[in-house]
Amino acid sequence: METKIIEHSKAAELFIKDEKRTDWHNETLWFVREKRDKAAFQIPDWELLRETASQIKNNVLSNMNQYLIDFEANAKNNGIIVHWAADADEHNKIVHSIMEKHGVSQMVKSKSMLTEECHLNEYLTEKGIDVIDSDLGERIVQLRKEAPSHIVLPAIHLKKADVSETFHKFLGTEKGNNDPKYLTEAARHHLRDTFLTRKIALTGVNFAIAETGEFVVCTNEGNADMGVHLADVHIACMGFEKIIPQRKHLAVFLRLLARSATGQPITTYSSHFKKPGEGKEIHLVIVDNGRSTQLGREDFRSSLKCIRCGACMNTCPVYRRSGGHSYHNAVAGPIGSILAPNLDMSKNADLPFASTLCGSCTNVCPVKIDIHVQLYKWRQKLVKEGYSPKSKTLMMKGMSAVLSNPVFFNLAGKMGRFVLEKMPGLVSNGLNPWYKQREMPAPPEESFREWYQKNSTASKDKNNEQ
Amino acid sequence: MSSKANILEKIKQNQPLSVSALPDLSFLGLENYENLDKYKTMLQSIGGDYVEVADYDGVIDFIKKNYNTEKRIITTLPELSQIASTNWTDDDPHSLKDVELTIVKAHFGVAENGSLWVTDDLMGQRIAVFIPQYLAIVVHKSNMVTTMHQAYNRIGNQEYKFGTFIAGPSKTADIEQSLVLGAHGARGLIVFLMD
Amino acid sequence: MKIGLFVPCYVDQFYPKVAIATYELLQKLGCDVSFPMKQTCCGQPMANSGYEHLSKDCDANFIANFAEFDYVVSPSGSCTLHVKEHLHDEKNEQLATQIRKRVYELTEFITDILKIETIEGNFPHKVGLHYSCHGQRMLHLAQMSELNLPFFSKPEQLLRGIKGLELVSLGKKDECCGFGGTFCVTEEAISAKMGQDRVKDHENQQVEYITGYDMSCLMHLEGTLKRQKSPIKIIHIAQILNGL
Repeated sequence: METKIIEHSKAAELFIKDEKRTDWHNETLWFVREKRDKAAFQIPDWELLRETASQIKNNVLSNMNQYLIDFEANAKNNGIIVHWAADADEHNKIVHSIMEKHGVSQMVKSKSMLTEECHLNEYLTEKGIDVIDSDLGERIVQLRKEAPSHIVLPAIHLKKADVSETFHKFLGTEKGNNDPKYLTEAARHHLRDTFLTRKIALTGVNFAIAETGEFVVCTNEGNADMGVHLADVHIACMGFEKIIPQRKHLAVFLRLLARSATGQPITTYSSHFKKPGEGKEIHLVIVDNGRSTQLGREDFRSSLKCIRCGACMNTCPVYRRSGGHSYHNAVAGPIGSILAPNLDMSKNADLPFASTLCGSCTNVCPVKIDIHVQLYKWRQKLVKEGYSPKSKTLMMKGMSAVLSNPVFFNLAGKMGRFVLEKMPGLVSNGLNPWYKQREMPAPPEESFREWYQKNSTASKDKNNEQ
Repeated sequence: MSSKANILEKIKQNQPLSVSALPDLSFLGLENYENLDKYKTMLQSIGGDYVEVADYDGVIDFIKKNYNTEKRIITTLPELSQIASTNWTDDDPHSLKDVELTIVKAHFGVAENGSLWVTDDLMGQRIAVFIPQYLAIVVHKSNMVTTMHQAYNRIGNQEYKFGTFIAGPSKTADIEQSLVLGAHGARGLIVFLMD
Repeated sequence: MKIGLFVPCYVDQFYPKVAIATYELLQKLGCDVSFPMKQTCCGQPMANSGYEHLSKDCDANFIANFAEFDYVVSPSGSCTLHVKEHLHDEKNEQLATQIRKRVYELTEFITDILKIETIEGNFPHKVGLHYSCHGQRMLHLAQMSELNLPFFSKPEQLLRGIKGLELVSLGKKDECCGFGGTFCVTEEAISAKMGQDRVKDHENQQVEYITGYDMSCLMHLEGTLKRQKSPIKIIHIAQILNGL
């Protein structure tokens, strides 16, 4: 099911048309950034914590092969069944085969961005499996047939009136009752039924520990645990980069994750799964889907350190004003823009340009990914690989010729000032995108170098000598 | 070659040439505050609450006064058999859907975030700490650590099948960032700080 | 020490007063400053658009013009950053590397090299300081709000000696203005909105002037202010420090 991809700039333009809603979306996410600041600044060693996390993840990237071998061996010893999926398709097939093996056609899911990336829900639905997302935000967007717009706050783009309307339609709640407490209670009852009746539950994985073969799933709602402990089979899906070396490293990441994501000191539940319960099964699906390729890209490898906290999205002034859907990728925002081109350069060539390279993202990232540097480097790579329109290349070649040659440069500058002064309409019109919402700068009488030639002491001396 | 072999081979080819060193963790977690005080403050800030008790009688008293004992209350603690049933641990987890209150014990609490470390041997069965309408956890005041670093030092190589840090009641802010307690797990958490 | 003045292309052509102020200020502070006439552009517009490989001629021209100087000083955070990070010459990489170490933005040059604490002056107005991103986060002209580290600000430090200048506190201390180079036209809607929001933040504090160390950002904000027929004026920090 391929929907036409709308380029980020166009999608953003559409989003911004509703200025009031844009302002609301902007301020809501900024509020989350502020909560993050408050929580982070309560830890005096916050910057040391980030540096430590970054180094741990660097170590993991450099020893990935061995850690995965160790992890699998230890997980198997714990009684966990391990599967490997080269790509999204294989991942989906594996999940489906587990369900078929157990003769089950209903599943309850907790949040997993990996499964979004693999389009698991669509795949399973086509095969006749009924999938219910149990995270409240994900359930809301699922009922609305939308994708989540944020990796941590899936329904951040929706107002409570939107949720109320959706719940009225699908859950029979009172029309017009926007009270979040009322709506959450309705979801609690609706999903409790789901938890109690599903035999197979699927979760994501926040961290997988090589040393012990266990993995950790963090939630605030408790939906992952409600699903798996009432089910017979727990399927856990992870990108292979979720590995960390030792149990004690969890301290570093659990201190950083929730603070970076929502400003909480820790999520309500940080569940460590080591062995399945009596008579139950745990399946772990380890997924590649382009990650091993990214691992080989020296400039972009460190994007695999990501712990999916979303802090970069909350701080990004572009994301806040364009919304997650404008990035046409499971993971949006700054981190999405450096991960997505690896998956599909043609489809995602616009994303690294959806940024002013302000660098805020890099500095909130708990694992110190140099996001803004990678955005710049992706731009170079995409142009080199031919994903830039010919017209842009021609314009750039022209610019380079003018801007590097003093004679052309002076001429162009003079002409520009002349036109702005005498024939402003030529420039200040609807064809000029700058002019849409901004005035052009006023043309000065002379350029600096013209002034310098007449007035500088060096020039004056020269003139005097003559 | 299987997908596993393919993936591992590709990773081996693509990972950096040399292994970078793991950092020293000993400079972290050196926060210096009064653990119990900090724990109490943090617990309340995350929507939980605490009661200081001398012993299990204190727990029983509080529960009698604050919870409807006609409703189903279960526990793993034999000291509380007066007010809660203890013979449910082998039952079908689904049968616990009508539990109003579960009372268990924790290994220790973490001051920096108000959480409690509970493993499956203290839960009775895994669902027991997620499914009830309300949750109560007993922890000894002397069992408080400062940060997650001390927490994992304490856990060490402990063998468990399942363990979780529980920080306050279940919650969500998915509807327009309004915080609501009691999403799918417990609506409220009381921590009995026992001498 | 000989100082080469590097004037951003658009400042040379559209905001000469900023370059004049920079030139005069450096002279007042005792510097031997000259402006190599054949200089052009640092190459950032092409590089940030993905055409780094087309900025080689700009690089060569920069090196040719500035090799002789002990320091190169520019009234622009982003141009300085670009040269510092991306100046290369296949034929003489050593020289390029040396030059990169000698390039400074104006305020950091005054505080770090000239070691001047603050500048005495007079500017009795309510002023908002715009922290242009490249200068702040990458040249470290001031501490950024993202980090849990002690605050410092070279521009603010210099402005402390200016009598009557009231620096306001903004709602979002260091949010990007939305200029971003070619971003300002390729993502016009977002760029304009970011500029409008930034202006609103200053308006809420009733400033008379918005100042900063990067004319590109100020040009973008000025375009917005003028369109809104706002009385708020733009002034580069060099002009305040130099005295009007």
